[in-house]
Amino acid sequence: MRWLSRSYLALVYLLLYVPIIVLVVFSFNDSRTGYSWGGLSLRWYESLFNNHAMVQAMWNSLWLALTAATVSTLIGALTALALHRYRFRGKKVLNGMLFVVMMSPEIVLAISLLGLFLLLGLQLGYVSLLLAHVTFCLPFVVITVMARLAGFDERLPEAARDLGASDFTMTRTVLIPVIMPALMAGWLLGFTLSMDDVVVSTFVSGPSYEILPLRIYSMVRVGLKPEVNALGTLLLVFSLVMLMMSQWILSRSKQ
Amino acid sequence: MMLSIKQQPFRAAVLVLVWGWLLFLVLAPNMLVVGASVMTRDPSTFIALPLNLDAYRQLFNPLYLEVFLHSLYMAVMTTLICLLIGYPFAWALSHVEKRRQMLLIFLLIVPFWTNSLVRTYALKLILATNGLLNSALMSLGVIEEPAQLLYTEGAVVVGLVYLLLPFMILPLYSVFEDLRQDVLLASHDLGAGRFATFTNVIIPLTLPGVLAGVMLVLLPAMGLFFVPDILGGSRNLLVGNVIKNQFLDARNWPFGAAASIVLTFTMALLMFAHRLSKRRLGEEGA
Amino acid sequence: MKQTLLFLSNLSKQFGGKTVLDSLDLEIYDGEFITLLGPSGCGKTTLLRMMAGFDLPDHGIVTLSGVDITQTPPEQRPLNTVFQNYALFPHMSVFDNVAYGLKMEKRPKAEIRDRVDEALAMVQLEDFAKRKPHQLSGGQQQRVAIARAVVKRPKMLLLDEPLSALDYKLRRTMQVELKRLQRELGITFVFVTHDQEEALSMSDRIVVLKDGRVQQLGTPREVYERPANVFTARFVGQTNFFPGRVTRIEGDRISVDVFGLNRELSKPPFRIAMNQSLHVLLRPEDIRVLAPDDTDGVAGKIVERNYKGSTLDSVIELEDGIQVMASEFFDEDDPAFDYSIGERVRVSWVDGWEWLLAEESDEPLTDEEELAADDAEH
Repeated sequence: MRWLSRSYLALVYLLLYVPIIVLVVFSFNDSRTGYSWGGLSLRWYESLFNNHAMVQAMWNSLWLALTAATVSTLIGALTALALHRYRFRGKKVLNGMLFVVMMSPEIVLAISLLGLFLLLGLQLGYVSLLLAHVTFCLPFVVITVMARLAGFDERLPEAARDLGASDFTMTRTVLIPVIMPALMAGWLLGFTLSMDDVVVSTFVSGPSYEILPLRIYSMVRVGLKPEVNALGTLLLVFSLVMLMMSQWILSRSKQ
Repeated sequence: MMLSIKQQPFRAAVLVLVWGWLLFLVLAPNMLVVGASVMTRDPSTFIALPLNLDAYRQLFNPLYLEVFLHSLYMAVMTTLICLLIGYPFAWALSHVEKRRQMLLIFLLIVPFWTNSLVRTYALKLILATNGLLNSALMSLGVIEEPAQLLYTEGAVVVGLVYLLLPFMILPLYSVFEDLRQDVLLASHDLGAGRFATFTNVIIPLTLPGVLAGVMLVLLPAMGLFFVPDILGGSRNLLVGNVIKNQFLDARNWPFGAAASIVLTFTMALLMFAHRLSKRRLGEEGA
Repeated sequence: MKQTLLFLSNLSKQFGGKTVLDSLDLEIYDGEFITLLGPSGCGKTTLLRMMAGFDLPDHGIVTLSGVDITQTPPEQRPLNTVFQNYALFPHMSVFDNVAYGLKMEKRPKAEIRDRVDEALAMVQLEDFAKRKPHQLSGGQQQRVAIARAVVKRPKMLLLDEPLSALDYKLRRTMQVELKRLQRELGITFVFVTHDQEEALSMSDRIVVLKDGRVQQLGTPREVYERPANVFTARFVGQTNFFPGRVTRIEGDRISVDVFGLNRELSKPPFRIAMNQSLHVLLRPEDIRVLAPDDTDGVAGKIVERNYKGSTLDSVIELEDGIQVMASEFFDEDDPAFDYSIGERVRVSWVDGWEWLLAEESDEPLTDEEELAADDAEH
């Protein structure tokens, strides 16, 4: 029984990781066709970095992810604090709305934002992308911070107020330091979500600001492009580093 | 105790910002979609008066109905396969020693953090006509000619399962973790064998996890339009593809909006079921 | 003649190299209320789980009414368990919880309804049949767990620290309730607890366990008044251990020197030699506190006094530093009776109220056992 369940786990993990391993291996493949092994080579990485449009899209994506993660962390943290500390009318509605945003299919969020931006006459580009990305990152940051606040001693803020700190000072000197690990983890998650998003970006981006996922999307729709293997490998390594940092921050803060 | 704005300016500012963002970027746009779905298509302004239900009527046009049903079929297949793989997987995972569990969970959430386009593309390397799977099967002598794996319904389902399996496993794992051993012992003690305990106790107690997993898999399985784009060809479309085409290519907003409301409605149903199942166990519904 | 219901023979069990049960024999009679008592880790819960069939012994045999059930799975054993945290099915109503076992027996619907109603009436929960477990208080959940187990009319009911999650007052009520149920049902109750007070007040017989071995098996009175060894004496109730030395043996009478007092005692049932050291055990309520000018007893002074309502408990330090616990009932003639700290007194006891134990090689208690014994008292 035990042996059976172990092998089952191993099999599913294998299936989950085989495509990723194939991708990484093939990114070093010299062969053009992409199906057969033609020897070790870094030529696809080279051609990737010589592709100006691609490099530009990469910078655009990084800048977008950086700003979207930062703004959503700020707003998300404030939201989490408000939900945790304040009693106000419509608190349940707010909670429910965040849950709905998180659960609702991305494409529904995408078209609703597209409609809004067009109605307002907003030029599709960096600003529309930023607003959209912040919106879908927000619930994830809120949840991460709320989880941290859930294990927080309620008497600490009271003690701070008792010792003469104003609401704002108490937040700055007591609450923010406590939720710092969650803020960092939330930021990393937001950054990664933004870097990877295809669905929402497809709708709310314009020709003025091309980002990486859309560039990849147009490349992989037809045929096989060996550069994508190289790019995919780079993105994978990047995501792994982000995830490990986030896990490290969260696990260290638990001790 | 409620304090006024003057007494707590910080609190007021926070609430205004949060509410403002959600009302402006979540509530208003969604109202807009509902509005658009009952308006008339217009080539220059996208939507125009008069109000009517034509868009919803169009959903039942045989041409689209077929696409919807086919999409629903693929999404349901995806969800079932994820459940069949994920349920025993989550059970087995919850029985691994705690120290190793952390690593295994980490390996499960890696996909969540990695680019799904790239991972879908990686599947293409394997499923292509002269890709790895065909080569392997041919060299093993299972088949003589390369089989058409790519651009089939099966490829889309495989792609969706591959992308969405972790979203089924994680909520299931969490209910298996919460499953109390003494309740299972009590069932045996009262005369129930393994099978009776499974159907009478384990299934009802893990139902909230099943429904959460279904919600997290079924909805994206209807919306992730890039999966058919990369793996499925033009005949295996999802509702997501229809919505995308109506908004970006055909410029028929009322119809696209109506199609997306179908998705929202499905979500609402699933959320309701999930809430109900948790209520039954006396847990607070999310 | 008492009839044996469950017979455990030579049971051994190890978990990860640690011996939990060590060649244990135990005979349980039909219709008795027997308690497994011991500190945590003594093997009492493992023993119960073996009766239920949740754990299998490494060695040994379990027979029920003469039938070997050692390997029988729990669902086929005609005995039922009340779990420590109740283990109610959270998704079922009270009625469905109680009906579960009967449904597994595939009883007709009408019979199930009647028997469930009857069981719920027995625990006074008729009006709660439609509720879910989470809508009940702890005490009510406890009753549901009991009803669920007894509705199957088991030959034996196993109760694994069923009252430990309840507050003191409720625990008291449930103790009485359980005794009443056992009388009415006439079935054997095997009750696990680490609470010695609970064990003394409820049981027909008590099994004192430590390190997977039976330390003593007897009625509450035997266990309390005539402990078989130092562990039992310390674990059950509070005891003063006085050092004694045998000065004379004559027939069934001996003389023992305690604090320089020469006491004439009856000969204990174990082997005894001249000048042998002994423990002279006295419960606090057997101690007499006398005036400082009394001719009897040993001199000491009061170092602690605790008003306990019906008794006045005090600690008296003798001149050689030994502390003696005393517990005295208030005298109706002298309601103002009290001590002050530092007050000089003399300590004595009535001959015949003491209990003698031989010194053991593995004394004294380790800290861990002290703690466990402390736990048991609270």
